[in-house]
Amino acid sequence: MNEPKIRVLIAKPGLDGHDRGAKVVARALRDAGMEVIYTGLRQTPEMIADAALQEDVDVVGLSILSGAHMTLIPRVLELIRANQQEHVKVFVGGIIPNEDIPALLQLGVVKVYGPGTVTDEIIRDIRAQLSSSEFSEK
Amino acid sequence: MRLKEKLVLGSLVGSVRDGNRLALARLLSQVENNTPEGKECLNALFPYTGKAHLIGITGAPGSGKSTLLNQLAYTFRHPPEGEQARRVAIVAVDPTSPFSGGAILGDRVRMRELAGDPDVFIRSMAARGSLGGLASRTAEVVQVFDAAGFEIIFIETVGAGQNEVDIARLAHTTIVVETPGTGDEIQAIKAGILEIADILVINKADSPLVDNSEFALRSMLDMAPIGTDYYHSMEMRNNPGLNSPKDWQIPILRTVATERQGIDALYQTIQSHAEFLQESQEWIERERVNLQTILDNLIQNSLIDQWRKSISNDVYQTVLESLISRQTSPYQALQILMKGVLP
Ligand SMILES: Nc1nc2c(ncn2[C@@H]2O[C@H](COP(=O)(O)OP(=O)(O)O)[C@@H](O)[C@H]2O)c(=O)[nH]1
Ligand SMILES: [Mg+2]
Repeated sequence: MNEPKIRVLIAKPGLDGHDRGAKVVARALRDAGMEVIYTGLRQTPEMIADAALQEDVDVVGLSILSGAHMTLIPRVLELIRANQQEHVKVFVGGIIPNEDIPALLQLGVVKVYGPGTVTDEIIRDIRAQLSSSEFSEK
Repeated sequence: MRLKEKLVLGSLVGSVRDGNRLALARLLSQVENNTPEGKECLNALFPYTGKAHLIGITGAPGSGKSTLLNQLAYTFRHPPEGEQARRVAIVAVDPTSPFSGGAILGDRVRMRELAGDPDVFIRSMAARGSLGGLASRTAEVVQVFDAAGFEIIFIETVGAGQNEVDIARLAHTTIVVETPGTGDEIQAIKAGILEIADILVINKADSPLVDNSEFALRSMLDMAPIGTDYYHSMEMRNNPGLNSPKDWQIPILRTVATERQGIDALYQTIQSHAEFLQESQEWIERERVNLQTILDNLIQNSLIDQWRKSISNDVYQTVLESLISRQTSPYQALQILMKGVLP
């Protein structure tokens, strides 16, 4: 049996113009031994949920700078649940005003990262989330 | 293993056959991780395989393989009048970082046109240390798609090297993608890879160097017409299904994948190749090669495992040490290990 790898989808919903931050995170996760499916700019919530399904990921990381997070993120979560992928952990990064964070967590987002987050923290959080639930002993 | 499997085994196989995408996605993970459950499902699904047209696409990173696949798959979904749309799966293999064991799988970035189509399924695979352009479980993943009723299965290789012959053993049709450059470059790229091509594509034909490249490729093909010794290296002779048979003239097609140019011609050529394979019996020959390769690989791995278990680690280490200190030659070491006792 091969050792299962943590599979992560990194996606940028909405109309943001660049994906530097998302790429930094993608590389950091790869360097931490994860398999990162990278989908690029301007993804619709439907595209993201469908990719998460096809790739059977454990984690979805959404990067949003555009300010449209309060419409895009609930939709992504809803579609992921509709696909019966409730076990998927959803993380959010980007520019999210503090006052919006509680609502996002309430909806089921595991954690929201602001600008300047060190990637080690994200890696630690992903591992902790998966070891406590979906990933049993290898 | 993962606990997230909510579907039990028996129903997993049934659900996959019924077109349940979640079940398919999970089974692909089981197969990729080579779990006992995955193997059992493969056994149950195997009788349903052997229907799909397997199409490999190889060529250097950045040559446009994923962009081409996006367009090609779209054409198979939306074919010209009078032709049937086919269900399409894509298996895209990317390299695993040898340092971390992680990978960035970025082929979906180029496959936007296929999003939202319930009869398209794209799966990214990390090579996970396997050499030769495919992951060690790519053949099995392809079997699952085949049994799930996908009629066209594209396999995009890593595209890193000269030794990407594995794809020719797996696929019915192998497309080799080149990009315009000087003739010298092409010469250097692939003395080895041209001979696995059934179809040669010069992508990025929007470059002014395209005429040079086509000329260089043509003269390489002319210099080594099918059936000469150049093509019938030892390996080819032992694996008759590996190279193009005599009466298929390897076509050279120009494409500009980003502009959808040349895609319809490529689509038609793929269809012609499938017909050719069927009519010439080469299809069956290639299936033989594919299955024999799978079997031989399994035998190899399982014999190594068995032998490893049968020999004591002490004996192995002692022989290894004596090899490293150059008191025993590799062949002598082998002899000792095959006997299993120290002299
Ligand atoms: N100019 C030009 N660029 C292309 C063409 N096809 C692909 N590209 C670009 O080449 C780059 C690599 O393409 P990709 O499909 O990812 O290549 P792969 O690594 O072989 O899968 C991308 O930026 C594409 O947009 C083409 O026909 N002409
Ligand atoms: Mg690619």
